[in-house]
Amino acid sequence: MDDVVHLRSIVCLLGRFPALSGVDLSVTRGETVLVAGANGAGKTTLLRALAGLVPVVEGEAVVLGCDLRRDRRSLRRRIGLLGHGTALYDDLSVADNLRFWARAARRPLTSVDAAMTRLGLAGRLAAVPAGRLSAGQRRRTCLAALVVRSPELWLLDEPHAGLDAAGRDVLDELVREVVAGGATVVLASHELDRATALATRAVTLAGGRISPEVGPGPGAGATDSGPARPEEEPVHVA
Amino acid sequence: MWRDAVLVGGKDLRIEARSRVAANQIVPFAVLVLILFAFALDADRGVLTRAAAGLFWVAVLFSAVLAVQRAQAVESSVGTGDALRLSGLDPAGIFLGKAGAVAVQLLVLEVVLGAGVVLLYDVEPAGYPTLAATAVAATLGVAAAGTLYGALAAGSRVSETLLPLLLLPAVAPVLIAATRASEAALGTSALPVAAGDWLALLGVLAVVYVAFGVVAFGPLMEEQ
Repeated sequence: MDDVVHLRSIVCLLGRFPALSGVDLSVTRGETVLVAGANGAGKTTLLRALAGLVPVVEGEAVVLGCDLRRDRRSLRRRIGLLGHGTALYDDLSVADNLRFWARAARRPLTSVDAAMTRLGLAGRLAAVPAGRLSAGQRRRTCLAALVVRSPELWLLDEPHAGLDAAGRDVLDELVREVVAGGATVVLASHELDRATALATRAVTLAGGRISPEVGPGPGAGATDSGPARPEEEPVHVA
Repeated sequence: MWRDAVLVGGKDLRIEARSRVAANQIVPFAVLVLILFAFALDADRGVLTRAAAGLFWVAVLFSAVLAVQRAQAVESSVGTGDALRLSGLDPAGIFLGKAGAVAVQLLVLEVVLGAGVVLLYDVEPAGYPTLAATAVAATLGVAAAGTLYGALAAGSRVSETLLPLLLLPAVAPVLIAATRASEAALGTSALPVAAGDWLALLGVLAVVYVAFGVVAFGPLMEEQ
């Protein structure tokens, strides 16, 4: 089994509230899985749990071969999370931000120039402090930081948010590129048209649990339908 | 760990150099505190001279609270804290880097305040080696304790007001020891004091705070 993500009945608490209450999810290497769901369904918590940022208090959680209940730290260098925040230091330039994250990830500084060019940040923008960038440019810089880090598992939370049409195209290309390169992507999005086109498989999170599969997206291509997932018990309404 | 410390410390100092928050806000605040003390005790300049060491270190501690708050604010905004946790950097290295950057800023501040004390409080500078050793040991203790309590307070919604409440009592021993050692160096103490004993205490406090921070910073980061 080549599972990058293996979750069985996991429970995550935010304070005393169970943000995830019995999530089952398996993701194999090279998949792009879309996690859909309404606001507050637990998508962000699921991605943060996969990154080891939120503790899993119950269930079985193995990501990239690491048991999240025993050790949440050792896998982090292998994971990239694009969250709601930009994770940039406002007073540092785009290039300085990327150089810092490259050094932190033990990546060569040559990867910074390549990432800036890839995301359209080379030239004048490279020297601009991150605090002066537009929302879309900041999002591109965050994506460039992920490219620099070159993680095995990409966790993208609303990745299209704030990007213009060209930026969205670049993002979609980038996701396809990294998946072709052997990485795995889990993305949460409300922009179902674009996200479904990227995904090889989609699941829906509702009330802190994964509900039956939405169906494979056009991005499924020649891949199989993904591992079987336990489905939520039917709800009987009196 | 040391490589990560240099990386994080360098980043924090670069941010301060670009933002100039320390130069434009913290240093003027510290000088203002010195001036206010001078106004309050002006009726008798002898009191100012005798109390100079204590007033100097109180001004340093107040400024340290601001410096630590600034160092924490850099990491708690817009997801940089999460990114730092995901970077795989050694938490002990992050702690040492952040504490080191705060210490460098405080040492620069102490040079400015030292000049202010000489000018405003009519203090005759003396005992430079003891003063330098006191400044280094006390600054390390304050920066380490501040960074640790800063991380502790960062998990709270009221971190700005919580930090001084946590930090100032914790560094009271540093204040006492640094004041006594400085008084011994300057010869302004009413009682005969041995600088060596107070310096030794400052050294022990610095080692304890740094060691505790190296061990505890990781778990504190996880709680944020």
